[in-house]
Amino acid sequence: MNVHEYQAKSLLAQFNIPVPQGGLAETPAQARAVAETLPGPVWVVKAQIHAGGRGKGGGVKVCKSLDAVEEAAGAILGMQLVTHQTGPEGKKVHKVWVEQGTNVARELYLAVVLDRTAQCLSVMASPDGGMDIEEVAQNTPDHIHIVRLDGSHSIWPFQARALFAGCGLNPKQVNAAAALAMNLVRLAVAKDAVLVEINPLAVTDAGDIVALDAKMNFDESALKRHPDVAAMEDQEECDPLEFKARQLGVNYVRLGGYVGTMVNGAGLAMATMDAIKNAGAEPANFLDAGGGANEEMVAAGFEVMLSDPHVRGILINIFGGILHCDVVASGVVNAARKVNLQLPLVVRLEGTNVEAGRKILAESGLNFQTATSMAEAARKIADATRG
Amino acid sequence: MSILVNADTKVLVQGITGKEGTFHTEQMLSYGTRIVGGCTPGKGGQTVLGLPVFDSVAEGVAATGADVSVIFVPAALAADAACEAAEAGIKLVVLIAEHIPVLDMVRAKSFLKTKGAQLIGPNCPGIISPEQCKIGIMPGYIHKRGHIGLISRSGTLTYEAVHQLTAQGLGQSTCVGIGGDPIPGLYFVELLEMFRNDPETHAVCVIGEIGGDGEERAAAYIKETKYPKPVFGFIAGLTAPAGKRMGHAGAIISGSKGRGEDKVAALTDAGVTVIHDLGSFGETVAQHLKK
Repeated sequence: MNVHEYQAKSLLAQFNIPVPQGGLAETPAQARAVAETLPGPVWVVKAQIHAGGRGKGGGVKVCKSLDAVEEAAGAILGMQLVTHQTGPEGKKVHKVWVEQGTNVARELYLAVVLDRTAQCLSVMASPDGGMDIEEVAQNTPDHIHIVRLDGSHSIWPFQARALFAGCGLNPKQVNAAAALAMNLVRLAVAKDAVLVEINPLAVTDAGDIVALDAKMNFDESALKRHPDVAAMEDQEECDPLEFKARQLGVNYVRLGGYVGTMVNGAGLAMATMDAIKNAGAEPANFLDAGGGANEEMVAAGFEVMLSDPHVRGILINIFGGILHCDVVASGVVNAARKVNLQLPLVVRLEGTNVEAGRKILAESGLNFQTATSMAEAARKIADATRG
Repeated sequence: MSILVNADTKVLVQGITGKEGTFHTEQMLSYGTRIVGGCTPGKGGQTVLGLPVFDSVAEGVAATGADVSVIFVPAALAADAACEAAEAGIKLVVLIAEHIPVLDMVRAKSFLKTKGAQLIGPNCPGIISPEQCKIGIMPGYIHKRGHIGLISRSGTLTYEAVHQLTAQGLGQSTCVGIGGDPIPGLYFVELLEMFRNDPETHAVCVIGEIGGDGEERAAAYIKETKYPKPVFGFIAGLTAPAGKRMGHAGAIISGSKGRGEDKVAALTDAGVTVIHDLGSFGETVAQHLKK
């Protein structure tokens, strides 16, 4: 789960990591009021959306007067901000963060990240802050210092200091940066974050070290034990259908196409999407109804898929294992009746009691097509939904 | 022979008194798995399906000589349960649960390593050596004893592949679900190594998906070691867009990493027969092995 910059900064502050003073605003007048409480003479107004590259898209403005703050907030609030991470449609800005300006001498990079390859938390630092770190990793990998943490997720001071070797800091600043990095590790572990990134980590003209921007991603499997983090979720940032699916307990990802798919198991669901694409059609979604796939789940799945106006037909692919195919088939029939399904539906069942399951589908009186192989199912739904 | 588990394997079920635990214990027993007892803290002294329940894994191991544990406790408690098993001397821990906090898994893996215990999962169907020992939640009847080793990141996708292999008359030595999480236990390379050394295994199927670099590492291993047995591969999610997480916590393409086509290319380059149409998986394996 991602959070906004202002939320990330509040967490940084909780863990004694210096951030510029600032406040949140939803109207230009509020933005001016926030700026009035901050030391000038320079303020920064920043759009709060879940995407990087906000500055290039016009979502960050440096202002030298209170009038300019109000004006900038007026321009940014409500805009459809397009960055390289939002897609061409952009994201609507509902909130701005107004903060005191910082005189930046240099920009560093610091992050704590779940390192899948090394199977641990890793801390990364680089003197090349303010840039896309993936580019730095690609072009100048020797500019990235990495410390891999052990299974207890702890970092020693000497490791933290070593991160900033070659960053051009004086000894006092190295100590300050090392303490900051240790606090960042504490934050990541305490809140079950899989990414906390400070970019840029600024060295100010006065020699202080301050987090100018922050990005965080939290482990959704651990949100139950962090109600404070869970409460930071911004519903306006979620796809409304994906949000609805989550409420219904359905594992759903919206894609761009028109064939709704419902499958039990994530791997088989991905393979089904691939089969649909290979048959020349476009999947509208990924939907994993879970290993169980009972009637309730199937009904919830229908409800979500049918809420997508682009869906022209549905493919259900279930491998009945512990849960037998006849039970799945009854579930599909009942759920289809319940939602009064009008769209073309292709059902492919395989596994335990598959004959009984197919019989239930055939005798349901509903307008189903059935298929025995995945390729056949994909072909049939592609034919039925061709526009 | 087979790898990791066989007819002599003695299994302890952690969380046996829970609904899932009891249900799958019954399924495993009816398959013929030697379940020797269960463990639920605070419920020691009870019996479930005629099996003794212990308060701790240590007590259970002392009383039964169990060597493998399978865990059916809620995700928030699962990493702790795995560590308890390792501390008690269990050498193979099978974790079924999905949604275990990932930093818990990093800690647990590190703990298991110090105890010399191996891990399968989490977020997986378990492990089965057909007609000998089933540890997990997979439907037993689709399997048949034979000579194909199978390693997979996905549950129902594995069932699909196994079902087709069995229909072709191709039995399996051992099928291992390695799970869909970013911090997994035993993975492709370790298991390929075990299958290499297992005389009963004549060929190996590798079922991967987008995300991570496990398949690429497997390909490098196969190539470097001139792997002596035929290997077949399938990768799910080739058409999935980058940046979207497809159900499994591990299945996400980030940046240029974890792309399906890179995995297919690496495996193909290593001499693996990559099958593109899942529907013809069993048939293709059968055709190649006949040659």
